[in-house]
Amino acid sequence: MTALQDVAPREPAGVRREALYFAVRNGKLMAGFGIVLALLLLGLLGPVLLPGAPNEYGPKPMAPPSGEHWFGTTTFGQDVFLQFVYGLRATFAVGVVGGGIAAVIGMLVGFVAGYRGGIVDEILNMLTNVILVIPTLAVLLIINAYLGIRSVAVQGLFIGLTQWPWAARAIRAQTFSLRTREFVDLARMSGAGTGRIIAREIAPNMSSYLFMTFILLFGGSVLIASSLDFIGLGPTEGVSLGLMLQNSNQWSALQLGLWWWFVPPGAAITAIVGALYVANVGLDEVFNPKLRET
Amino acid sequence: MRRYFGRKLLIYGLTFFVAVTVNWMIPRFMPGDPVASMVARANVAKPEAVEAMRAYYTALFGFDQPLWQQYVNFWGALLRGDFGISIWLFPTPVSDVITMAVPYTLALIVPSVLLSWVVGNQFGAYAARRKLLDNTVLPVGYVLTAMPYMWLAVLLAWGFGVLLGWFPVAGGYSFSMRPNWSWTFVLDLLHHWTLPFLSLFLVALGGWAIGMRNMIIYELESDYSNYLSALGAPSRLIRRYAFRNAVLPQITGLALQLGVLVAGALVTEIVFAYPGLGSLILKAIQNKDFFLLQGTFLFIVLGVLIANFIIDIVYVVVDPRTRAGMAGAQA
Amino acid sequence: MSLQVSELQVYYRTLKGDVRALDGMSFELGDGEILGLVGESGCGKSTLGKSLIRMDSRMRRVGGTVVLDGHELPIDDDRAMNEFRFAEVSLIPQYAMSALNPTRKIRKMVTELLNSRGATLDLDELELRMSQVGLPREVLDRYPIELSGGMKQRMVMVISTLLNPSLLIADEVTSALDVSTQKSVARALLGFRDSLYVKSMIFVTHDLALTHHIADTIMVMYAGKLAEKAPADVIVKAPRHPYTKLLLDALPEVGVRYTDRRLEGIAGSPPSLLNPPTGCRFRDRCPIAGEECAEDPPVTELAPDHHVACWKA
Repeated sequence: MTALQDVAPREPAGVRREALYFAVRNGKLMAGFGIVLALLLLGLLGPVLLPGAPNEYGPKPMAPPSGEHWFGTTTFGQDVFLQFVYGLRATFAVGVVGGGIAAVIGMLVGFVAGYRGGIVDEILNMLTNVILVIPTLAVLLIINAYLGIRSVAVQGLFIGLTQWPWAARAIRAQTFSLRTREFVDLARMSGAGTGRIIAREIAPNMSSYLFMTFILLFGGSVLIASSLDFIGLGPTEGVSLGLMLQNSNQWSALQLGLWWWFVPPGAAITAIVGALYVANVGLDEVFNPKLRET
Repeated sequence: MRRYFGRKLLIYGLTFFVAVTVNWMIPRFMPGDPVASMVARANVAKPEAVEAMRAYYTALFGFDQPLWQQYVNFWGALLRGDFGISIWLFPTPVSDVITMAVPYTLALIVPSVLLSWVVGNQFGAYAARRKLLDNTVLPVGYVLTAMPYMWLAVLLAWGFGVLLGWFPVAGGYSFSMRPNWSWTFVLDLLHHWTLPFLSLFLVALGGWAIGMRNMIIYELESDYSNYLSALGAPSRLIRRYAFRNAVLPQITGLALQLGVLVAGALVTEIVFAYPGLGSLILKAIQNKDFFLLQGTFLFIVLGVLIANFIIDIVYVVVDPRTRAGMAGAQA
Repeated sequence: MSLQVSELQVYYRTLKGDVRALDGMSFELGDGEILGLVGESGCGKSTLGKSLIRMDSRMRRVGGTVVLDGHELPIDDDRAMNEFRFAEVSLIPQYAMSALNPTRKIRKMVTELLNSRGATLDLDELELRMSQVGLPREVLDRYPIELSGGMKQRMVMVISTLLNPSLLIADEVTSALDVSTQKSVARALLGFRDSLYVKSMIFVTHDLALTHHIADTIMVMYAGKLAEKAPADVIVKAPRHPYTKLLLDALPEVGVRYTDRRLEGIAGSPPSLLNPPTGCRFRDRCPIAGEECAEDPPVTELAPDHHVACWKA
């Protein structure tokens, strides 16, 4: 639902510096990335610096936040804050894997379809449309339930495999508009093959667009993964933010008033995804001078 | 026009075909003897149940039959409306179990999707008009759309249900009541429906508002808007044109978001133990009831495809360019 | 109708400072006169055209006035200008081919536009004008997507002149067209003037040769300032400003081959309008520049109706 804008081709060096100049002055971009970075650091360093295992049962169940347990404890006395930081790590991991795979496949399909056109485009288009229409959660549901996906990496893989059509469509549209430009004709005349033209001419001119696409795919993957975990189709070992929500639901945290169990995980997901969306808008302003004005 | 719809139907047909095939294929990837492991997993106590299941599974997997025969059998059963027998609610057929849950899910999804779309578009349009409104609608919209559906559901349940006690947080209707057509029951239904509906409505609203706002700004900067302004047309007229043109991609967006909206509805139902397809799926997973899961999956896919098709029709009706473009341009 | 523009200064606000797109333009336009406004890209001609009807959000008037038929035009007040738009001053935009709402039938759009301006549609008059530019009346019941680019442009031309404005600004209407279409568009515009649909016209273009066919007077701009303004024939046959002379020399002549005579371009490029140089802005590229050119030459009327801004003319 967030729209991506068209980007004109750029030359490197000086323009990159200009982009950086505007980047650090863009509030949305800095704030957005800042929040994400903060949570990422928490997720990376937390498990290293804090003692104990997240799923270890503790002596004080259902305790509200205090000096000893910053986010309180669960019905089994597990430290919620500890689960939280481990969960952050898993969430980021699935976002990177899922978003990355979706981005790669989306780029492959989008570039080839957009550049080649013709029958190749028709076939890829048909493929894209078919996968696009299928409701993602339903498919992941079936696959996860039968095959028992229990690792974050594989979960990310399957999420990536269902997310790419959206990106492929957008990239194809952009490639279409770029392929009629003169520099592509020049490259073709100099005898470069399809792969080289895509890698050397088209992709670098869309780099900002590709980056923004990846960000949105990352956010989408995080949301989907948390939904899957919530239904009970997530990794059995370890923790994730979605799993925390599932557990809190299963053990009636709502009725028992254990708000510290379900508020932080959801808040973290909202913060990560929301910050990414806002940063994306900021990025758009940086790369698209028209939006920057007074 | 025929080509356009023909193409769409082809895609939907293909999609359904793929979905069914995936559904048929996946169990065969399970390690070991699928029949035995499924029966074992199901953990059913009654011996006649085990026997019936074994018979059914064997017919379905039919290891004495070639693979293609199994596939054809599967399709045959599907087209007869035979989704199998539910393991969890043995001996109720899956189709019956699903039919009981569907009205609840539809009652949740249809109003929330439509209302959030309409209201979200309005908010987006207002936001594009005034800077002040823009500065409030945008952040709120981003936060709402970034929320996982089940989290807002939990927050609403906790806030309005547990803390304030205004709304119930479980079930489709009071446990003390039996379904009937009396006023009290209907009101009770609505009472239970409110929070899940609100939760779905709010999250989806954010996304539409942001999308519409961007689309309207884009339309307001277009050549025809500039031309009308140059000729002194009042902003009322320009905004009306911009709104009408911006709605079109929002319709397409609705079709694209259907999968996400359905997923949201499912998890929201789980939070509220609302007796729709979502809770059904949860029970199916917990009880390893693969037939129920399979049936629900196919049903959801079918529902989404039909909804897509309806939206395609609506789009052709609403966008005059599609009809004119199909008739062919004249120089 | 009469138009007097005096010392008009319009700058663009940018993050790097003010771009002085128009730096003191003064000229007059009489009744029934077609003025061809010519210049390189970035010389300010489009800015001038836009300033007279609807200023961009980035533009601001720094000084000068515009007086049309005795009223001063409030060009920097968007609301107040609305009264004059369409009825007194009208525009055929550069983007005419995409200026029609794609989801409205032409007839409906025109009706709604006129109604919103407090006028009603006179169908016979509209059809008459359409036939004058070669558009069949069935066009009214079509969507813009069903029309060719040329048809859309002609439709926009008819719409823009529907309320018989005093002044019509045609902004680069021929730039994207082939030669034969250019000719028919030019003829159509002349027809508008002759049929009194418009009183006077400013025809903005960078094509000097075409302008000569349609304009009564030609005004050459350079770097935000007036270079030369004279009747069309005089400009083409007896220009006084060195820039005009170089422009004319740069035009290819039919029948003359490269081996016989080389095309002379104008070396260099126009100055940046962010920090314009002091003195005559053409100085760096001018073949006859001298000491006195360090001071900005004023516009002087060297002969009746022949204005030049050059010390050496």
